[in-house]
Amino acid sequence: MATKTKLENFEQTFHRKLTAAEAYAARPRNWMLYTLIVLIIVLLVGWSSSDIHFTGLTVTGTEVAKGVLHGVFQPDTQLLFGLGETDVPYLLLQTIAIAVLGTLFGAILAIPFAFLAAENIMPKPIAYLFRVLILMIRTIPSLVWALMWIRVTGPGAACGVITQSVCSIGMISKMYITAIEDLDTKILESLDAMGCTPFQKIRYGVIPQLTASFISTTIYRFDINLKDATTLGIVGAGGIGASLVQCLNSRRWAMVGSFVWGLMLLVVVIEFFSTKVRTKLAQGK
Amino acid sequence: MEQEKDTFLYKETFFDRIFRPQVITLENGHTVRRRRSRTPLILLALVLVVFWALRMTGFSLVVIVNRFPKLMDLMKKLFQPNWSFFPKVVGPLVDTIKMSILGTVIGCGCALPVAVLASSNIDRNKIVVSLLRVLLGLIRTLPTLVIALVCALIFSLGTFSGTVAIAIFTFGVVSKMLYESIETIDMGPFEAMEALGANKFQAFWSACVPQILPVYLSHCLYCFEMNVRASAILGYVGAGGLGITINERIGWRDYNSLGMVLLSLFVVVTFIEFFSAYLRKKLS
Repeated sequence: MATKTKLENFEQTFHRKLTAAEAYAARPRNWMLYTLIVLIIVLLVGWSSSDIHFTGLTVTGTEVAKGVLHGVFQPDTQLLFGLGETDVPYLLLQTIAIAVLGTLFGAILAIPFAFLAAENIMPKPIAYLFRVLILMIRTIPSLVWALMWIRVTGPGAACGVITQSVCSIGMISKMYITAIEDLDTKILESLDAMGCTPFQKIRYGVIPQLTASFISTTIYRFDINLKDATTLGIVGAGGIGASLVQCLNSRRWAMVGSFVWGLMLLVVVIEFFSTKVRTKLAQGK
Repeated sequence: MEQEKDTFLYKETFFDRIFRPQVITLENGHTVRRRRSRTPLILLALVLVVFWALRMTGFSLVVIVNRFPKLMDLMKKLFQPNWSFFPKVVGPLVDTIKMSILGTVIGCGCALPVAVLASSNIDRNKIVVSLLRVLLGLIRTLPTLVIALVCALIFSLGTFSGTVAIAIFTFGVVSKMLYESIETIDMGPFEAMEALGANKFQAFWSACVPQILPVYLSHCLYCFEMNVRASAILGYVGAGGLGITINERIGWRDYNSLGMVLLSLFVVVTFIEFFSAYLRKKLS
């Protein structure tokens, strides 16, 4: 800001534009800001590295590293293409099933939350209350949710489903709220002027404005949930994670390799399709 | 509007061949075709998928409703945090923050050069671009917890393996976000500088870096937010930080103390989120 006024002052007093060389000499210099940022980062790094020590590899460290690499390049093909209940395809399908149900339930559960927390619909105190609630749901890590729900459902894929439904509420409703607050109220006013009933106003004024962004959010969350579902297995909530961790701990590298390949394939394929659908939705087709 | 465009630009897709579009004759004799809605078909597919998923996971609402009081008991205890447990939370919490700071800085530092090399408007070498992109894609598919577990097996248990896991994860995410933003920058200044006789590096330094830097910092801050959240659970697989405490408390069914842990995590995460949101607003 300061440099700009300086330039303007100059132009006023001398009644001419600056030449390129003069303008370059008077270019804004932010080196103070940059040094400050660098200094802060250096200080933070110094502070945090004081407690994190490299204690060297474990006795079996190199063996583990070699084993993982070996497993990735020579996976257990029987496990990778088998059709039994402990083979990769079945576990992948189960992971997808968990993510589908979790996302769907989460997306439905998030709708009331989002409307209750939207400032342009609800009075401010209620909206803030629900925002704090949403923030709390978001802060509790998904693994902790899973460990709590396991007491209700017992271990298994069902636990993964209910965990993901609850976890998804946080992010989905946050993005729903943005969509709701961007609603064009003029459309509702004109529908009102035409004498539409409240139901017609919602059907023709609200729903068409929201569906595209709601669906897009849900698909985006499906992506995230799928990645999450792979780790939920670690605490016993179904999916591919449990078997992967078991193999890692018992050092069966070939099996680890086949699980990793399955995981990568799944995520890449799903990401490809979800990006495709979401760009279509964004273009309004 | 669709109907007006229709007569000129009507591309028959596979769907239209099965479900013939509705033909409407207007008053002036013209005919327009209106496509059949695809919603019923999509809904049918969705219902089938949900039905399959329900059978696959064995999910039943009855169990949840019947045993819901159990969760309520648990939640009640969570909301009565055991304040005397706080001193034992501080250490791991600080560890978690340190892990995420160091991991984020290392990951972001490595991400900058790689992202520049992976953006197709600056790096003309197609082979390098696609190779780097495949590599970044593969890194992002691996869940952080699995990376942390492997690190814990390699580098012994503790905060170091957590830091490495966070750095790898950050590297993948920031590089991807960064090369996508680099591809949208204005290349006009770069060409102008080259025309004036600057070499590639000089042109990049003074034409592209000022455009990239704010975006880069904003991505780093966003990633830091995510990392604080994520690193809280890394301890579950033995990678140091708050996760160890959480795991231990759940193991002992000491939910009042768990409430305290989660409350402190909540406060810290909220504070960092607000601070970073403020900084990111300033940057843009």
